[in-house]
Formats: sequence, C-alpha cells, structure tokens
Amino acid sequence: MTAAATTAPARGPGFRRRFASAVPWLLLAPGLLWLLVFYVLPVIQMFTYSVSTGSIETGFTLTMSPDAYIEALTKFGKQFLNSILYGGAATLFAFLIGFPVAYSIAFRGGRYKSLILFLVIAPFFTSFLIRTISWKILLGDEGPILGPLKHTFGILPGGFSLLGTPVAQVAGLTYNFLPFMILPLYVALEKIDPRLIEAAADLYAGRREAFRRITFPLALPGVFAGSLLTFIPAMGDYINAELLGNPQTRMIGNVIQNRLLVQNDYPVGSALSFILMAAILVAVAVYARALGTEQLTG
Amino acid sequence: MATTTPAATAKPVEEIDLARPRQPLWQRIDRYLLPVFTLFAIGYLLVPIAVMIVFSFNKPEGKFNYAWNEFSIQGWLHPFDWPGLGGSVVTSLAVAVIATIVATILGTLIGLALTRYSFRGRGTLNGVIFLPMATPEIVMGASLLTLFVATALPPLAGSVPLLYPTGFGTIVIAHIMFNISFVVVTVKARLTGFDRRLEEAAMDLGADELTTFWKVTFPLILPGITAAALLAFSLSIDDFVITNFVSGTTNTFPIWVYSIQRNALPVQINVVGSMVFLGAVALVLISSARSGGIPRLR
Repeated sequence: MTAAATTAPARGPGFRRRFASAVPWLLLAPGLLWLLVFYVLPVIQMFTYSVSTGSIETGFTLTMSPDAYIEALTKFGKQFLNSILYGGAATLFAFLIGFPVAYSIAFRGGRYKSLILFLVIAPFFTSFLIRTISWKILLGDEGPILGPLKHTFGILPGGFSLLGTPVAQVAGLTYNFLPFMILPLYVALEKIDPRLIEAAADLYAGRREAFRRITFPLALPGVFAGSLLTFIPAMGDYINAELLGNPQTRMIGNVIQNRLLVQNDYPVGSALSFILMAAILVAVAVYARALGTEQLTG
Repeated sequence: MATTTPAATAKPVEEIDLARPRQPLWQRIDRYLLPVFTLFAIGYLLVPIAVMIVFSFNKPEGKFNYAWNEFSIQGWLHPFDWPGLGGSVVTSLAVAVIATIVATILGTLIGLALTRYSFRGRGTLNGVIFLPMATPEIVMGASLLTLFVATALPPLAGSVPLLYPTGFGTIVIAHIMFNISFVVVTVKARLTGFDRRLEEAAMDLGADELTTFWKVTFPLILPGITAAALLAFSLSIDDFVITNFVSGTTNTFPIWVYSIQRNALPVQINVVGSMVFLGAVALVLISSARSGGIPRLR
C-alpha cells in the first residue's frame, strides 16, 4: 500500500490518504463483525443466562442470582475434578509421546519429513467420532487386543476389560489430541538453528547438556502451545467419556451437554460453561507465567 | 546436529569426547530408540484408521459392528443403505462447502489487513484472533445455543428471525465462526514470507493496484488460501461438539453417527468414514503436488 501511495498519481492526496487508512478496516469489518455477533455476543448471552432464573417455557429473567453458580460448584465438583485429572493426564501422555516424535521429525526426518508429518495429521481426515468408535472396537472385551491376550496367550483373565475404565478414556483422549501436541512442538523444534547446538558442543556441552540447555528451552513455546491445544479440548471433551468411560468418569462436558440439550437448564448449563472457560483462562495465564519465567532463567 | 558440524569446528568436540567417557546410552537412545519410538507413535495414530477401514469390510453378526465376523463388501456396494445416512452426508457436504467459502473470504481479508497494513490496534487484534481457537468447543457451542434460544424467548421473542429453531442455518453460522481464525492464521503464515518487491516491480512496469493484486499478489498467496480452505473444509466436515449444540433436528454426518451409535452401528458408518478419509487424502496429495510445483516455477 505504501508503494501504491507513492507511485500513484496525485488525485486529491487527502482523500487518498484517508481512503488508504480506512482500507484495513474495510478488510477487517466483515470477519470481525461475524466474530462479534457469533463469538462475543453469545458469551455475553451465556453469562446473562448464568445469572438469570426461569425456565425454557416462561423465559429467563435477569435476577443476578448466584444460584446457578452455587449449584454448579457444589454438585459437580467430581466432574470438574475428572476433567482436570483426565485432561491433564492426556496432555502429559501426549507430551511424553509427542516430544520424541516431533524431535525425530525435526532433526532426523530427512527426506521422510513431509511423509511423517502427513501421517501425523492423517487422523484429522476421519471423523473424530468414528476414530473414537474405532477405539471402542480395538479395546473391546473380545477385540483385537484383549481377545488374543486372553485366549491365545492367556496372559489376562477372561473377565478383564478396558472399556468403561479411566484407562480407556485417557487413551482415547491422548489419541484424539496427540497431533495438536506434535505439530506445535515440531514447528518450534524445526525453527532451532542447528548452529546453536553446534556452538554448545564447541563450548564443551555434552549431548545431554546441549539438549537440556539449548534445544529444550528453545522448544518451550512449542511445549506451551502444544499443551494448551491438547489440554483445552481434552478438558472440554465429552465423547471419550461417553464412549470409552463409565458414569463415574464423566467429565464436565457431559454435564454441560446434558443440562443444555437434555434438561434445558440454561442457567446451570451456562454457569458450568462459564466456569470452565474462566478456569481455562486462569490456567493459561498461570502456565504462561510459569513457562515464561523458566525461559528467562533457564 | 553434531554430525553436520564442519570438520574444522568439530575437532575440539571429538577431543572432549575422547577425554571424557562417552555417553553410549544417550547415543543409543538417539540412534535406535528414537526412530523405533516414533514408528510406534505413528502406529498409535494410524491404528484406529486401519480399524475403521478393515471393519468397513465386515459383515457384523448383529446390529453392532464391534466384533469381526466375516469379510463382505456389502457395505461398499450399498454405502448409503441406512435411513437418514445419505441425507446427513449431503447436509455435511453442503454445510462444509458454504462455511468454507464464506470463512475463507472473511478470514483472508482479515489476514491481508493484519499483514499488509499498520493500524492502531493491530497488535491486540493479532492476539484476539486466536481466542476462538483457544476456547473450548463446548463453550462456543453452549454459548451459541444460549444466543439462538434467547432470540426465541422474551424479551426478544421472535424479533430476530431465522436463528431459532436451530438447524441448517445455525450450523453454517457456527462453522463459519470457528473457521475464521484458522483461515486467518493459515493465510497470515503464507503472507509473512511474501516478497513485496514483486508487487513493486509490477507497478514499476505500469500495472495499477488492482492489476497488481490480481496478476501478482493473488496468484502468489493462492496456495495459502487453498490450504486455509482445505483446513476449514476438514474442520467443518468433522465437527461434532459445536454442531451438536446448534443443529436442532438437522443431522450432519457426525451428528447422525452419534445419535445412531446407541442403537446400532451399521457397517456403512465405516464405509462413509473410509470414503471421506480416502477422499481427503487424495485431495491433499493433489493440492500438495500442485503447490509443490509453484516454487519450482518461480
């Protein structure tokens, strides 16, 4: 645009300049308007309902009543805890699996780099729901994993089952969000200038030392992004709990879904969603601070 | 890493390595364990897809396609032979096409504004545009539902048309909303590496701004826009969580699968899932082959 302004013939410079300064806003307007109406406004509406009383038949009136929040926090502590626990476990496992994978692709990928990356994102080409159903097939009591272990090898007792346990649920969650961990880690590791690691070696750092003091700290932005991209959807998920877990392992997403879509209990459903959103924002802020300071001192 | 070090600078490292006991374990991990681990992790990512495809050739004994019975291609011969399935696939495709087109246009405009113009608030906007990506889907779905419901209840009660009862229109609205940020980020990534001198050259050669945009800028950022559109399409066709809140009685394919999986699990689910998967893989291969050709031309 600057180039255009200087090379274009002067046809009312004042008008041109004013038009030029409006151009970015003209480009932004439609998209931002959409987000304002269908992203920001709904959150405001949700907050309004969370402090309202009424029913779907009579409508809801804004009473600033904290009842919905009290009910949300007192009745569903277990589900909140499950969300943090299982979401956290899935994030941790995704990191433990994802980091070596991202590291291999970035530093050892060679000519297979794009192929491996493609395989990492391949699960995205199938429906999330179907993948979770596939896990149900895989982990079934007589499925391709447990069946042979029980009957062919006789390692496991006949009554052993994985479906309906927290193990299956965390495995499913880890699986579903693993690519979200690998990709940002890969991007961060890929950016690292190999000369920095060479320099570390020149300065007598062993491989382990170079990894600990150069590679890992430089990968921290990827760790940050990857953990969030895994933790946030994992914490809000309710499909894995429903298909792979049991009623005791339900997470907060199950309650929100049930309150809003089954019981039409908008105040409590809204309060729960709002608490979830607030909890995640706080977690992000704390986490950013923790990683940030470590980055400075490390 | 150390292996790529030029001989001259590597010398002191080798001396040190000789002076101090080597770390064979660390090296062994690096050389053998890492690739093997990566292979296993990729296997973990791909196994459910393999299960989906294999079980699309199953002839299930009862209504549920959970256990292997015998090989059959009946599912592939009659892929839509289940009430409601064909319609849900058509709905999914229609939603994805509309949402992709609108979101790609809106997102590309925002991406252009953010990378090519400086204006007040740009920094903030660069951060804010990530918010929808960082919000749990369940919160976006829940809040959209409260907004749509609110248009039908007092005090608004019908003064805003079309948003309630929820259905095809509201699904499209929601999909456009969550796709915009992804498009912006993808297009921005492509635009940051853009060589502005190409445009200047075009204008030096007498092209006006519009001609420059359509003959130089647009063709160069088209791969980024295509990538963004592909991403939007795949996110849209796969979305379950948000759609579940705003779909009313309209079924997209994932919603249909979710509602039927409690009573039956027809083999057709796997067939359609496999078709979508293979179609998406083919699309990506074609488009990457195409965009791979562009840098060579330059």
